[in-house]
Amino acid sequence: MELSTRDKQLIVLLSGDLPETLTPYRDVALRLQGLPEEELLATIKRFKESGILRRFGAVLRHHQAGFAANAMVVYQVREEEIARTAEAIVSSPAVSHCYQRETRPGWPYNLYAMVHGRTKQQCQEVAAGIARSIGNPNYRLLFSVREYKKTSPSFFQ
Amino acid sequence: MDEIDSRILRLIQEGFPLTTRPYAEIGRHVGCSEDEAFRRILTMKRNGLIRRIGGSFDSRRLGYVTTLVGMRVPEKDIERAAAFVSSFSEVTHNYQREDAVSIWFTLVCSSQRRLQEIITEIERNFPEAQILDLPAKRIFKLRVHFDPSEP
Repeated sequence: MELSTRDKQLIVLLSGDLPETLTPYRDVALRLQGLPEEELLATIKRFKESGILRRFGAVLRHHQAGFAANAMVVYQVREEEIARTAEAIVSSPAVSHCYQRETRPGWPYNLYAMVHGRTKQQCQEVAAGIARSIGNPNYRLLFSVREYKKTSPSFFQ
Repeated sequence: MDEIDSRILRLIQEGFPLTTRPYAEIGRHVGCSEDEAFRRILTMKRNGLIRRIGGSFDSRRLGYVTTLVGMRVPEKDIERAAAFVSSFSEVTHNYQREDAVSIWFTLVCSSQRRLQEIITEIERNFPEAQILDLPAKRIFKLRVHFDPSEP
């Protein structure tokens, strides 16, 4: 999808927080010299349909929404088993993200799952349950100790 | 947080209404007035439950290059290295994790060249660190919202 200068300006504004008013779209449109509100709304819908906009809505802080523990669980899975294994991982409701990543010398893990739970033990049980269902591969849990930074990316700035 | 707040949260995580008066629409859905929906959402922002309301764009589809980086750092350097890493605007998430590879961050860069530049800069400042650049090959699941009533 070809993005115009105005599209890019709009992406900058929409990547932040909507104005805290009863008419947030009108107020965003006001910042884009003369863009009619209906056109702004149509553009957001176009972004969604084209897939460049994954979601438009509230972004929560997870640890405050009752998920005290979160672990990045990394599994070492044989190449030919990846698709099947990933299926088992993503079917767990405690998993929010699942990626296949490149490996590096000394770091043989290729499947990553973000596991959320109310306690560390809950995360461990989820990780172990997944491991059992996929033939007990080598895996490890990396609990988060501290959040140093969490922001949304800023595009075109 | 009461039942109405939970319903509002579920609704606006799925999608914030794309209409002239979104809070009136939210109110209609959960059974309260526009003003009340607005006030409740502002309160959830003020007490930190809602980080922001806006768009989550697909970085790759916008032409950006992303990766996850793991950093094995001597214990004594963790704080300093984490602060240095966070100082780059291209670093969107940065966590300390319980592992020998203790610092984990994500990079969203306008080019592969810029991404490499940042990694080189970090290596130069922390020569004792080992850096694992772990770009994604495939995304199997990316769930960006959570139901506060599960799991």
